[in-house]
Amino acid sequence: MSAPVWNNKVVKWVDDRLPIISMVHHAAYEYPTPKNLSYMWNFGSLAGFILVTMILSGIFLVMNYTPHADMAFDSVERIMRDVNYGWLLRYLHVNGASMFFICVYIHIFRGLYYGSYKAPREVLWWIGILILLAMMATAFMGYVLPWGQMSFWGATVITNLFSAFPVIGDPLVTWLWGGFSIGNPTLNRFFSLHYLLPFVILGLVVLHVWALHAVRSNNPTGVEIKTPQDSIPFHPYYTIKDLFGMGVFLIIYLYFVFFAPNFFGEPDNYIMANPLSTPAHIVPEWYFLPFYAILRSIDFSFLGMPAKLLGVLAMFAAIIVLFVIPWLDTSKVRSSRFRPVYKWFFVLLIIDCFVLGYCGAKSPADPFMGLQGLQVITMGQLATLYYFLHFLVIMPVVGKMERPKPLPASISESVLKGGANA
Amino acid sequence: MRKFALTAIAAAFALTAFANASKASEGVVPPEMDWSWKGLFGTYDRAQLQRGFQVFKNVCASCHSMRYLAFRNLEGIGFNDDQVKAIAAEYDIEDGPNDDGEMFTRSGKPADHFPSPFPNAKAAAAANGGATPPDLSLMAKARAHGPDYIHALLTGYEEEAPAGVEMAEGKHYNHYFPGHQISMPPPLYGDDVEYTDGTEASIDQEVQDVTAFLNWIAEPELEARKAMGMKVLLFLLVLTAMLYAVKRKIWAKIEH
Repeated sequence: MSAPVWNNKVVKWVDDRLPIISMVHHAAYEYPTPKNLSYMWNFGSLAGFILVTMILSGIFLVMNYTPHADMAFDSVERIMRDVNYGWLLRYLHVNGASMFFICVYIHIFRGLYYGSYKAPREVLWWIGILILLAMMATAFMGYVLPWGQMSFWGATVITNLFSAFPVIGDPLVTWLWGGFSIGNPTLNRFFSLHYLLPFVILGLVVLHVWALHAVRSNNPTGVEIKTPQDSIPFHPYYTIKDLFGMGVFLIIYLYFVFFAPNFFGEPDNYIMANPLSTPAHIVPEWYFLPFYAILRSIDFSFLGMPAKLLGVLAMFAAIIVLFVIPWLDTSKVRSSRFRPVYKWFFVLLIIDCFVLGYCGAKSPADPFMGLQGLQVITMGQLATLYYFLHFLVIMPVVGKMERPKPLPASISESVLKGGANA
Repeated sequence: MRKFALTAIAAAFALTAFANASKASEGVVPPEMDWSWKGLFGTYDRAQLQRGFQVFKNVCASCHSMRYLAFRNLEGIGFNDDQVKAIAAEYDIEDGPNDDGEMFTRSGKPADHFPSPFPNAKAAAAANGGATPPDLSLMAKARAHGPDYIHALLTGYEEEAPAGVEMAEGKHYNHYFPGHQISMPPPLYGDDVEYTDGTEASIDQEVQDVTAFLNWIAEPELEARKAMGMKVLLFLLVLTAMLYAVKRKIWAKIEH
């Protein structure tokens, strides 16, 4: 790739001293991108767009928010009622969190389907998981800030999880709280961290994109770019495709903001936090439900470890396992498009995650989907088992046993033969 | 493009179904009412909101607070400046301290918030058989099914508990209240207020009006929100269609 020649004198002067313009030119203009990317490749840039939306709306919300246990709830209502377009800022931020997770979950499952975690993209994949973890921490602490009933009791349940660890558990929880219960010090530190972590995410995103540009984008065939004919420059082809995707995304996102702003929320969070009154059902936000189901599904002790500790370990393991899948996947083929057996297990995994989400939302003793005789807790246990089975057993075994379909010789060939079905 | 649209629709369906299925369910599902503010183009009925305010201030406000209602907000339900001043002046507001360091009482001004009937939650509980009447500012957003629930609750009292149900002392049987035993006695019987606009104050009319008012104070921005949303979505639909056309044009020569 040759360095671009700048005709504008000012641009050239700056670029000779700090080649930032060349860098952006390489990254967002020339970047050779596979020509066969489907719309599933839109969600990365969408996630980046929402991150910026969240940071901007958040900065303006902070100008009007009071992080104090006695005033936080009132200050949020003041934003909703008295701050000019405060309701818009808050609903953008609240629904933006849900949209962020929708995009990131689709982005992750796309990576899983097309084997985007396999060599040489392991580090790219790891950074992605770190982003997910940072997002979860940020979202959890953000949910505490309005100091509603679900904020308070959700925080109580989740922080209490850390008491499951032997010996250090209880002191750890006291340390996290800054006291002997959730209170003003907890709210203050969560606010501080909720402002900090998005910038950590931003830094990780820079690393993520850097790693991406070093190893290049995967594509639906999973076959690497081999000749210049396989790729096209990022601009204008993918800039316009991303812009179109952004238009579709904004229609969905802003539909919720303007016409169903509380669709993803729990009514209980419009009741001010009351340490003396526990809500009938404490449920986390929807994007945590599958993990919550895994946590609750362990209701037995094992090897002297209490159920609570095992549940916490299982919940963290559900994400940690993603770090090692580049080695758990033994298949020589990246894309599931050419994996006739694994493809169906992938579909099962998606169904499994929805089942887990459903179980996370219901009371353990409820019948599953109205089926008498099948309790939510039992179904949650089966789904948890399958989740780990998928990564720890199915992935390595199917990869070895399966006979993949023949791969196209190149991206260009797959496109010309129309064999890509794209 | 077809595949894209299908995927998008499937995803939207799955998401909505999932979100609905996974809402924590409790209690009896209230009947769905045909509120004027429902739907993309729904707006509030000012006359109904004013009637609802009348029910609230004459009946509900004797036990329930409404902390987020300032008198000036009443312009939002169609009262003019003078009317708002007159309504505010009906109330005594504690102010101070003055230059002598004393608290004093003066008549209300539009900037004042609606005074609460009790000085604190304990006093409210003591005067109401141990149960604190909740603040009503956010009630329509703080309960599952919002206004439908409020409407069902206010009309859901039974004079006698069903056979076999042991009622605790001072509780009233309500079909829609979680657990069915509610501390609030039936608040409305019909003809509890004399509507200034001459509408007949049947219990059904009163309940619908006060529910509308409670929804308005929970979501006073609703009309501005929907009006802006319409413009934004129309703009985005046109913009996205144009972006799609540009995308087609740019990609026309690329085999992909």
